[in-house]
Amino acid sequence: MKNQRVKRVGIKKSGPEPGRFKMEELRFGTELLKRGFASMQKGGVIMDVIDASQARIAEEAGAVAVMSLERVPSDIRKMGGVARMADPEKVLEIIDAVSIPVMGKVRIGHFVEAQVLESLGVDMIDESEVLTPADEQYHIDKKLFKVPFVCGARDLGEALRRINEGAAMIRTKGEAGTGNVVEAVRHMRNIMGKIRMLKGMNRQEMIDFAREIEAPAELVFECSERGRLPVVNFSAGGIATPSDAAMMMQLGADGVFVGSGIFKSSNPERMAKAIVEAVNHFNDADVIARVSKGLGDAMPGLDVHTLRDDEVLQTRGR
Amino acid sequence: MDAKIGVLALQGNVSEHIDAFCLAIERVKKKGASEVFEVRCPADLAGCNALAIPGGESTTISRLIEKNHLHEPLCNFTGGIFATCAGMVLMATDVADPRIRTLGLIEMAVDRNAFGRQRESFEADISVRGIDGGPFHAIFIRAPVATSTGFDVEVLARIDQGIVAVEKGKHMAFSFHPELGGDTRLHERFLRMQGI
Repeated sequence: MKNQRVKRVGIKKSGPEPGRFKMEELRFGTELLKRGFASMQKGGVIMDVIDASQARIAEEAGAVAVMSLERVPSDIRKMGGVARMADPEKVLEIIDAVSIPVMGKVRIGHFVEAQVLESLGVDMIDESEVLTPADEQYHIDKKLFKVPFVCGARDLGEALRRINEGAAMIRTKGEAGTGNVVEAVRHMRNIMGKIRMLKGMNRQEMIDFAREIEAPAELVFECSERGRLPVVNFSAGGIATPSDAAMMMQLGADGVFVGSGIFKSSNPERMAKAIVEAVNHFNDADVIARVSKGLGDAMPGLDVHTLRDDEVLQTRGR
Repeated sequence: MDAKIGVLALQGNVSEHIDAFCLAIERVKKKGASEVFEVRCPADLAGCNALAIPGGESTTISRLIEKNHLHEPLCNFTGGIFATCAGMVLMATDVADPRIRTLGLIEMAVDRNAFGRQRESFEADISVRGIDGGPFHAIFIRAPVATSTGFDVEVLARIDQGIVAVEKGKHMAFSFHPELGGDTRLHERFLRMQGI
């Protein structure tokens, strides 16, 4: 025992032994780690779950991560009232049930709910318009956290404002809890289309464009150089079938979030597996056709044009 | 030799691997054609002489390997495999999770999420055998470690928590992500091992 200790001291004096480092040389919660975590989710399906048994079904079906929340969006719509972060007990129950990453939703601007989820060990925080906003002026200052954030966006300007605040991942908002993909399509087309437009602009025009969409010019230049957003971009809000999911992938999504679409369908296990396969083979209509056969009923949908202004979730936060 | 490098594109950070290999080939290659492309089915795999297995969710990738009938072709693949994070889990012989059917190409036992959750993910400079130019800046994201290795497996890097880089024959496996961060020394070593 004594010998060992002497040996270690000797090693430290002569510089680090191969593969060793001092604790103070470790860096946690960097931008690279946050964006790196998000990029590991690419090509995957992230599913909303409200308890451990749903989380196990999602993991079994091949989800890359689960999103813990108190109620799925379609129930939030029905029940009304203030929608908040899930009960920490439920979040921990979900964390214990699965080995894939667990994400959690917090209200827009509610930095203390975010602190709580970080302390519980949630792997990524979704600052989400699906919950009732806690701050109508400011989003969370996401750079203060070690855990990465994902945020919703309807257009390029909104996406870049969130990235500027520290979001490591963007998801197009769509209109959650409707089972209607039309808004998800609108938002994805807006972001991809605006990035394609940048190709034809010179620097001056891009600076002007940045002012117009209320985004930092540096991030606009970065989109132009890469031909895509600087972070991973998933699609969300209204995906209810394997074809919906594959369409969003063909439109340029890096992956999809499915909320009510799985556990409000008549056969969640099969729907979950089918959507995972459709995302994996998003360009192969034969596979999408095969997995879509006899799935039972998708979730009941809502026409977004019949929603009252105060029922529309996507306009929360801008 | 021509470089025909496939990146297993079932799930995970595929494009980062493609970019890193393109950069590494540019840095080492003297002559011959080179191609880096996505591998989604057995036919794609037949067209490459080396393969990268990216990071992602090992349970998801394992399931998709089965669904896409890639398990046997991967086990019988004759080229070298460059595996990171989830890829390292898949290369092992022994993983304590019945849902993952590993390829068993490198004799080692691997622990998934060995460091904990995302808040415990970290960056650090570590020494890695087999490359010149000083420590390697390693990025560990919900990373696995190898807890034991077979006698014919060479350990390239070890930290307090376990083994984080190994080599066997033409294969290399890492707990961390050499494809993030722009340092291609490990990719270059891999290419030289393949005779590219």
